[in-house]
Amino acid sequence: MPSFDVIVIGGGTNGLAAAHRLQSSGRKVLVLESAAAAGGAALGHEFAPGFRSPGLAHVANQIDNRVMSGMDLARHGLGFVTSSVSSTALSATGDHLVLEGAAGASIKGNLSDADRKNWLALRKQLLSFAEVLAPFKQITAPRIAKGAGNEFGKLAKFGLNLRMLGKADFREFLRMILINVYDVVNDELTDKRLKGLLTFDATLGSWLGPRSPNSLILLLNRLSGEVAGQRATLALPKGGMAAVAEAMVKSAAASGVVVRTGAAVDSLLIEDDKAVGVTLANGEEVRAKLVVSAMNPKTTFLKLIGPRHLDAGFVKCIGDQKSRGAAAKLHLALKAAPDFRGADLKSRLVIAPSDDQVELAYNAVKYGEVPKRPVMEIVIPSAHETGFAPTGQHVLSAVVQFAPHKPKAGPDAARAEMLENTLAMLEEHAPGIRSLITHAELLMPYDIEARYGMVGGNWHHGELSVEQMLFLRPIAGIAQYATPIEGLWLAGAGCHPGGGISGAAGWNAAERILREVRA
Amino acid sequence: MIYDAVIVGAGHNGLVAACYLARAGLKVCVVEKNDWIGGAAVSRELYPGFTYSNCSYVASLFRPEIMRDLELPKFGLQILPYEGGAVFMENGDYLGMHRDHDANRREFARHSKRDAEAYDRYARDVLRHCRFIRPMLLRTAPDPSSFRPRDLSELAWLGKQMFGLSEAAMYDMIRFWTMSIGDFLDEYFEHPTVKAYQAVASIIGTALGPMSPGTAYVLLHHAMGDVDGNVGAWGFARGGMGSITKALKASLEAAGGEVRAGNGVEKILIRNGRAVGVALENGDEVHGKRVVSNMDVKRTFLRHVDEDELPGDFVKRVKAFKIRGSSGKLNIALDCAPTFTALPPNSPHMKGDMHFTDSIEKMERAYDDWKAGHYSADPFQDMMIPTMIDPTMTPPGKHFMSCFVQYAPPKIEGNDWTDADRDGFARACLDQIEKYAPGFKNSILHVEVRTPRELEKEVGLTEGNIFQGELTFDQLLFNRPVPGCAQYRSPIKDLWICGSSTHPGGGVMGAPGRNAASEILRDLRAPTKDMSEAYAVL
Amino acid sequence: MNVMKTTDPRLHYLTPLKQTPFHPRTAAENRLNDWGPWAGYTTALSFGDTAMEHSAIRNTASVYDLCPMVKYRVTGPDAAAYLDRLTVRNASKLSVGGVHYTIWCDDAGKVIDDGTLFRLGPTDYRICCQERHLPWLLDSAIGYEVAIVEETEDVAALSLQGPCTYSVLKAAGFDVADLKPFRMRTFPFDGGEVMISRTGFTGDLGYELWTTPAHAIALWDHLFAAGAPWGIRPIGTHALDIARIEAGFIITNLDFIPVDQAVREDRARSPFELGLEWMVDFDKGHFTGRRALLKEKVNKSSKWALVGLDIDGNVSVEGSIIYQNGKTEVGTVTAACWSPSAKRNIALAQVRRPYHESGNLFVEVYALRELQYAKLMLPARVCERPFFAPPRRRTTPPAPF
Repeated sequence: MPSFDVIVIGGGTNGLAAAHRLQSSGRKVLVLESAAAAGGAALGHEFAPGFRSPGLAHVANQIDNRVMSGMDLARHGLGFVTSSVSSTALSATGDHLVLEGAAGASIKGNLSDADRKNWLALRKQLLSFAEVLAPFKQITAPRIAKGAGNEFGKLAKFGLNLRMLGKADFREFLRMILINVYDVVNDELTDKRLKGLLTFDATLGSWLGPRSPNSLILLLNRLSGEVAGQRATLALPKGGMAAVAEAMVKSAAASGVVVRTGAAVDSLLIEDDKAVGVTLANGEEVRAKLVVSAMNPKTTFLKLIGPRHLDAGFVKCIGDQKSRGAAAKLHLALKAAPDFRGADLKSRLVIAPSDDQVELAYNAVKYGEVPKRPVMEIVIPSAHETGFAPTGQHVLSAVVQFAPHKPKAGPDAARAEMLENTLAMLEEHAPGIRSLITHAELLMPYDIEARYGMVGGNWHHGELSVEQMLFLRPIAGIAQYATPIEGLWLAGAGCHPGGGISGAAGWNAAERILREVRA
Repeated sequence: MIYDAVIVGAGHNGLVAACYLARAGLKVCVVEKNDWIGGAAVSRELYPGFTYSNCSYVASLFRPEIMRDLELPKFGLQILPYEGGAVFMENGDYLGMHRDHDANRREFARHSKRDAEAYDRYARDVLRHCRFIRPMLLRTAPDPSSFRPRDLSELAWLGKQMFGLSEAAMYDMIRFWTMSIGDFLDEYFEHPTVKAYQAVASIIGTALGPMSPGTAYVLLHHAMGDVDGNVGAWGFARGGMGSITKALKASLEAAGGEVRAGNGVEKILIRNGRAVGVALENGDEVHGKRVVSNMDVKRTFLRHVDEDELPGDFVKRVKAFKIRGSSGKLNIALDCAPTFTALPPNSPHMKGDMHFTDSIEKMERAYDDWKAGHYSADPFQDMMIPTMIDPTMTPPGKHFMSCFVQYAPPKIEGNDWTDADRDGFARACLDQIEKYAPGFKNSILHVEVRTPRELEKEVGLTEGNIFQGELTFDQLLFNRPVPGCAQYRSPIKDLWICGSSTHPGGGVMGAPGRNAASEILRDLRAPTKDMSEAYAVL
Repeated sequence: MNVMKTTDPRLHYLTPLKQTPFHPRTAAENRLNDWGPWAGYTTALSFGDTAMEHSAIRNTASVYDLCPMVKYRVTGPDAAAYLDRLTVRNASKLSVGGVHYTIWCDDAGKVIDDGTLFRLGPTDYRICCQERHLPWLLDSAIGYEVAIVEETEDVAALSLQGPCTYSVLKAAGFDVADLKPFRMRTFPFDGGEVMISRTGFTGDLGYELWTTPAHAIALWDHLFAAGAPWGIRPIGTHALDIARIEAGFIITNLDFIPVDQAVREDRARSPFELGLEWMVDFDKGHFTGRRALLKEKVNKSSKWALVGLDIDGNVSVEGSIIYQNGKTEVGTVTAACWSPSAKRNIALAQVRRPYHESGNLFVEVYALRELQYAKLMLPARVCERPFFAPPRRRTTPPAPF
């Protein structure tokens, strides 16, 4: 058994990114992944004979450029079918609106001139804010304290960029930073489809409705993402999101990282109050100088470490960290192409008839209920490439919101109700689609938790909301990847800057470790 | 006659501003559209022998510095702290509130032993946030986009306040300011009714539900007041809320100021880009060197100023200013005190605020109705019977009941309120009370129902918003009412604003009026010796 | 109309201060009707003559009603491990039948409260303390197989203190001859049980007696009958306070502010800052606050010291500010009295480090004499606690007086 400098727990995108970065700096890194293959939420699976899902995530909007180039993912097989997936705001009457280019640079469909003009102005403003915020994703969250090792150069640049917006936009930035997305779109736009799409995008993956204060910043976060060298775009990797995971695994292996799959970590080995390794589920002990957990913070602290090694207040705060997931994942095996009243199946199809409908769909989850009319985004990977479904047949992948993570009706009844309501919505927009379904799989947030270990089914390993951002992520006191246990570091989506198939949190963590820990 | 200042609207903030200006030697005239004065702080006899606080109904936020500066006790103001409170529960029980610490703990313990012992920590944490914010109430918010020395020094002051805290406390503060009261309370309490009681202050006057981020701050807005130094305590103004404005008017007149009631402002007169007075509805003009508007920012600039006098960006922002009303009110004359079946006889709980919403979920569902453009089917009520404490408002044995109700939208599904809507709204409220106090309806002598429609028509609060603008971060501090225009000034020279649309916002607080006067006097380089700085937080 | 029953739990507000199970007896003895509130109870501040009551503590046998102390029961297989994580001392090492004085801290190593920990059985403990902590105790229980029950009202307790208390107990039929300090034993009594621990808050020979409220009156009557020959007498809080200052004991919310109640952040204190470093066991494994305390120890970053002061003259110095060289403010007196037992003018004080070692300290006293304050600057010296520590407090078996 070779000895390792670093053990990374969890072979998802963040774990792999951190492992690669640390290995490249000359450390010997072992990644321990409990599943049969590394890749985490990027992995697809065969949900019906001959039908493969593209992954829990099904479209890429932010693959960290440091990860992309640092791991040379292109050389390890990551290509894109397209890096500019359009978005179609579906209408039940076929009067669709198609947003093309980065963040909807142009819109096809019936839209008033005023809305067209106002949209472009709003888009420009939001993108300029997103541009200012983007660099934050690639630094360790600053602490408001002396001697916190803050990256002052980058922070100063942020301050400068903020002022460079000009007085008017600087003021608008301060006004809008904690505003809700509903008010913003209603101040500027009238078209329900467009407002529905924007509010859907802002609240995707969150536990907020469009009218919840602090929801605009989530849209800005989305717009600040970059993939394949483009800001605010949507890309489809060749082979689905699983291809991202596969390229990362290959790259990590090529750099010398050892990835052990089927290796579930049972607990952290702590000696003299320092992390010295891990104990696997099979009882095997693996030791290393450092341990990096890319697992959920709750899992890391409450399960792998356990309260006995932690302070009581800290345990309480970790318990209070909010991690409610409200997105369900639908996979349909279709025996023929569905018809969304003429919409381009290569587009990202969004069913969010209006901003109010998005809000209404959110209402239900507040009480652990299933919405009557859920909203969703649909990707049909089989419309782009083969390999997902038998020829002539299709896979429909949809993220459906909002689904309760702790349904009052119980998990099975809620899943059944959610599936029925979702299919009814689909039928409304694609008449006849129900008769094409040969198999349906709906993963509720609790199913996602069971499968991917995301507590509450939340993609971000903890809600990405203002009170859990930056120095408050995952909780105050451990926002810089270091933990109260010497030798243990965090690198998962629960850390700044959150989740998505991006690798940013893992890369940031590795950079921080390299800076703080002498080799 | 050219006054030094013409104040538009004899609400509490207009009168406070007028008082300070008059005391500094300015010739001041306050014009008021109604035949009575007081704005939303009024006592009115709407049923023979019964005095109603028919808008605002309790006091706590009114700054003690102002009461003292303007000698309001000398002019008749008395604040009476209240004694108890209760949430009536669906299961027939209730959760009571007591001034006595141990009684409060035992009451909580009836429902949850854990919560009983969690309350002190909770109260401590909220108090910490109050202590932080209180000194900011009597200061003008700095403009963060400005490089003027005054803004920079004020920003530095804010920074100093912030850095006076430990790192952990700063994070607690930032979390608190940005999270929902529901999430905040979950960290302390387990019992739904305990949480519902604490959440009350976080939704009053607000177009948000307790699960909306930002509501923890609204809680603070209601908790940072005090009665005689008892932070967070509330009380009644003896004789109704009009006693506050009556005392202000008397104080103003003693300082040589005038009030002209009965004629509203038609137009703010602007000559060569300067405000020079107002034209009244009856055609009279009142001229002044400056005009100070106590009306909300929308009413001031969109109704009483010609749009072409204003920069386009400013008009756009004012138009987008969020001022959605969320509440209505029932003012009820009662032949006798109601009997709440849950309460023991002669209980102190009726001498305070009473509620029927026993969980955050019910409160939030009431808000969902508002979002959908309806009044709440199962409304949240903040119900008081001031006459349980104040003997001056009704004949002996009779009572005045004030029911503040949420939620009531400015429009019903996009349409104006009809009388039928209003009656349905009232019925929902009265039925709710009747459920917990059978026979209550039979004791009703008179009901005044006020939806946002009535509130706007009578008091002039746009969309019936009691705070002259919502209290979300995009409309607080330097953002209130409009970024770049948050220092009581407007784009028009000599036109000032002093109402609750400005920092630090709504409630019968008086701070906006006082701060506006402070800015005017500063511009005049006039002495402000009669104006106290905020009391130090020791 | 509601039918009001006297047992209606809703009516607690009619008696915001409860009476303890001993109230029928303490009320009968309270000649001056001198009561004060303590943790939601009415308790005697004095029964008629504080000096006589203090004298009973040091001369014969005194009885103090302890019922308002907050009690929590901790049971379950993980009870010892739980308490090791909760408190700074080693609770596993405390043997069954043993008691120790302990404190518990928050994550930052600031003291939440102090109290006594009783090990009633291998998996059964009782915490007895001044303040209420249920949420903290429950939150600390995450990950432990323990049950925590608040049992303040289920336990009636008396503190029997003074040189003759051993004799009194013997006369009462309780043989505690071989009971060492910080040990306890259970006796059958009145058809129930009384648990007697050799503990107290006076620094003298003494015992605490624990039973259920149902046996409270019988216990009181039995003790007073047995103790009559020794002049047993009830004492109030004033007399106890003098004795505890003499013994150098601190009280939560008088000598320090519990961190979870401190509105002002700078009021929080670590064990090092309260002179309690001796009880912090860094070798027992992790406990809440350990990392912060270790850092404080290594960095020597403690800011305060809780010290005993010996002050010139005989004017008591309660609530005084402490100066160095008569001008630099360096601390506050938290408790003070003229000690009848030590014949010294004594105080407990919080002093900012390093002034506790600086010497040249003064206390500023405003002494009210016939409606005029005399302002005094009295020299004071930091000194060892306790101020009064008679050997009889530890002698086993105890002497008869």
